[in-house]
Amino acid sequence: MPKILNKIFDNEPKLTVDRRNFLRMTSLSGVALVLGFSSKGGKKELYAVGNMADSFKLSPYIIIENSGKITLMNPKPDMGQGTFQSVPGLIAEELEVSLDKVTILQTSGEKEFGMQVSGGSYSVRGNYFELRKVGASAREMLCTAASNQWKVPVGECYAENAKVFHRPSGKSIGYGDLVETASKLPVPQSPKLKDPKDFKILGKNYQRPDVPLKVSGKAVYGIDVEVPGMVFASVEHNPVFGSKLVSFDDTETKKVAGVQQTVKFQRVIGKNKYDAVAVVADSYWAAHKGRLALKTKWDNAGNDKFNSKDYEQSLRDLSKKEGLVVHTQGDFDKSFATAPVKLEAFYETPFVSHSPMEPMNCLVSWTAADAIEVWVSAQGPDLVKDELAHTLSIPRDNIKVNIFFNGGAFGRRLYPDFATEAAHISKAVGKPVKLIWTREDDTQLGPFRPLTFSAMKAGIAKDGSPVAFQHKVISPSIDATMEEKRNETGESSNMTEGISSQQYELPNMKNEYVFSEFPIPLAAWRSVTSSTVAFAHECFIDEMAVKAGKDPMAYRLDVLLKKDSDTKKLLKKLKEVSKWDRPLPKGWGRGVAQYEFFAGLSGHVVEVSTLKGGGIKIEKVYAVIDLGTVVNPDMVALQMEGGATMALTAAIKNGITFKGGQTEQTNFHNNPIVRINEMPEIETHIIADGGATIKGVGEPGIPPFAPALANAIFNATGKRIRRMPFDLNKV
Amino acid sequence: MASINLTINNKTYTVDVDPQMPLLWVLRDVVGLKGTKFGCGMSLCGACTVHFDGVAMRSCTLPVAAAAGAKNITTIEGISENIDHAVQKAWIELQVPQCGYCQSGQIMSAVALLKTNPRPTDADIDSAMMGNLCRCGTYTRIRKAIHRAAEIMG
Repeated sequence: MPKILNKIFDNEPKLTVDRRNFLRMTSLSGVALVLGFSSKGGKKELYAVGNMADSFKLSPYIIIENSGKITLMNPKPDMGQGTFQSVPGLIAEELEVSLDKVTILQTSGEKEFGMQVSGGSYSVRGNYFELRKVGASAREMLCTAASNQWKVPVGECYAENAKVFHRPSGKSIGYGDLVETASKLPVPQSPKLKDPKDFKILGKNYQRPDVPLKVSGKAVYGIDVEVPGMVFASVEHNPVFGSKLVSFDDTETKKVAGVQQTVKFQRVIGKNKYDAVAVVADSYWAAHKGRLALKTKWDNAGNDKFNSKDYEQSLRDLSKKEGLVVHTQGDFDKSFATAPVKLEAFYETPFVSHSPMEPMNCLVSWTAADAIEVWVSAQGPDLVKDELAHTLSIPRDNIKVNIFFNGGAFGRRLYPDFATEAAHISKAVGKPVKLIWTREDDTQLGPFRPLTFSAMKAGIAKDGSPVAFQHKVISPSIDATMEEKRNETGESSNMTEGISSQQYELPNMKNEYVFSEFPIPLAAWRSVTSSTVAFAHECFIDEMAVKAGKDPMAYRLDVLLKKDSDTKKLLKKLKEVSKWDRPLPKGWGRGVAQYEFFAGLSGHVVEVSTLKGGGIKIEKVYAVIDLGTVVNPDMVALQMEGGATMALTAAIKNGITFKGGQTEQTNFHNNPIVRINEMPEIETHIIADGGATIKGVGEPGIPPFAPALANAIFNATGKRIRRMPFDLNKV
Repeated sequence: MASINLTINNKTYTVDVDPQMPLLWVLRDVVGLKGTKFGCGMSLCGACTVHFDGVAMRSCTLPVAAAAGAKNITTIEGISENIDHAVQKAWIELQVPQCGYCQSGQIMSAVALLKTNPRPTDADIDSAMMGNLCRCGTYTRIRKAIHRAAEIMG
């Protein structure tokens, strides 16, 4: 995965003390049980304090005040994937409190909370035991405090609904009345975690506390935040990637009522720096109007020659080159050369935009010459701090980041270029500035999900079994468009995500990567490279099945997956729930695909019908995800519904193309996403057999969808689709 | 600049703004009702949907001067006091939202639909809700929730 995501899996909290930020964040006072982690003694340990003056020594995941008020810290921003419930739910379950009775606060990037990025489908699995331990430790301390007060054995006490009960007598006492004595007790470092059969929150279809806010307009997103004295900015960026601003004329702009000034600055995204002019005004509308009146002159410096058509052809040409071998087993060259049946195919996918419904925006206020406060929808407060500290050359600890509900993110909000823009503009005007990108800015400026092209080869024996397999990926690299220095090992591994680690038993394999330079910033997009390479991989497996004269499900289960594996279990479940062997009506077809990658494992069966007069209708989607352990099954179903919807858009809508060095698409009319009438029913099944490994939820629902759909279309029509996007009306 | 009288959620406001300013920005930045969202600025996504005398309308392209003609503009904040409109209840019951950003607009379109068609079919729902985009993919739940809201409304 891209460098930006690698950090997520390095989840060791850095336990430096940041007292000022911590106190600013909490602004609590008085007696409380405050429980979190500390590095006191050089080892990360659970630690408790009873007053806020000492509380800076740890990252307080739990704050129980003597009034009874309970605050839980959520380190993982909610972007629609449910972390506002699932992550605090881990603590609440063990603490024996209901989530509707607690205040959930988002952490602000303090180092003592460790990595606070939502990404990599890692938020629940990365915290499953650690945060439960925090809750269990507090629960044990509260029970001990009650037993001491009552002078009864602690074994006779239990916690429920934010109270400790004495089982024999039935008497109870609220947590708030116990915090003073509880906070002085030794902190259990290995508290007893609850038996899953006693869970009240985890594993249940728990009603998310953010839902009432989101159905009433009360949920606060970054775009909704105001501070006194703030002004608005709209930014004119380079139309052609890499063009330089020669001059600009703001005479007409300044005539627009409400416009205050213009600011020339540079947008920084990764290694890329782009000229930009901000129009600052007392309302967003005035800033927008002023921007429309702005006259800019650009030097394209030859960058206006770039276009998608030529670029795609260059990838096809590059595919003939031998690539960097990323995985080899057995002897592919020899086995392929001598295989009785040979199969070759070339697959193509598009660039796509993230297009979260909340356009990029950020509010920044400079509180001192080297200190700022930021209000933003972003996937990680720490990412924003790191980026701002680096770009603005100010101390990290002088940056306060307030994170709000993300109005969608999908990877886009891992890249806080818009936050540094707001900071530059705010510094220039000496006022708090709210920057809001238009949908056109959001669509045109990137970063975009990269395309990948795939050259596939297979050798098949007379009995249909595979003897040789090759997946060669030809693509630009996300990291190469962002980092100063190319890292060939990293990029080849990132851009071939999953192609060498499927459970299929393929005896002779040689997978390769061919790198291509690309002049426009690229980004992780929900499920990253798996969102494109899985299309080639799983459609080609289907082609092999057809060539072998086998049913695609049977080919996978009986020929490619002889040994037991999670993938085999997944496909068997898909076969069962989709009633794979049931005959379909005339003109219908079904297809299957699965994909396993860093985020997890899921698979789809898609059923389609052919319409009279041409075209394809998606009738039904079956989704299975393998999790091992599930925290909120209904939220998992939502993520699978959402994954299929997003994958459908990427499969059938036109995506992003470039001409004259510019993005051709501007808004939802020419960069459409699927609408309600295009979305079929999705039936989700979860494999949660308590397996040792907890797998991710947010991303696995994307990669298998498009290949399952294309395989279904082949099954219905005999037409093999090898390029995304494809038009369902013209198949 | 012009002084314009607006009735929003049955309350009267006098705003002094550019008459061309879209109603969306007046609601959000002048009146302070942030539940109505900016998504595209071209009436393409429906995040800014409000009711103009009960009819669903995109506020991002509607000049405020034209909105002054409405007897009442209803926003998401105006459909219930206690998050207990049948549509909101159904949305909560079926846990519809993911990121939630488009949901104000989705709910305003759904409320308008049920006013004129208390028992919509799937096809009715699709055609009434086609203008409301959701990037997270809550469409199948929206369909179910509208049927459920119709049931709750009786």
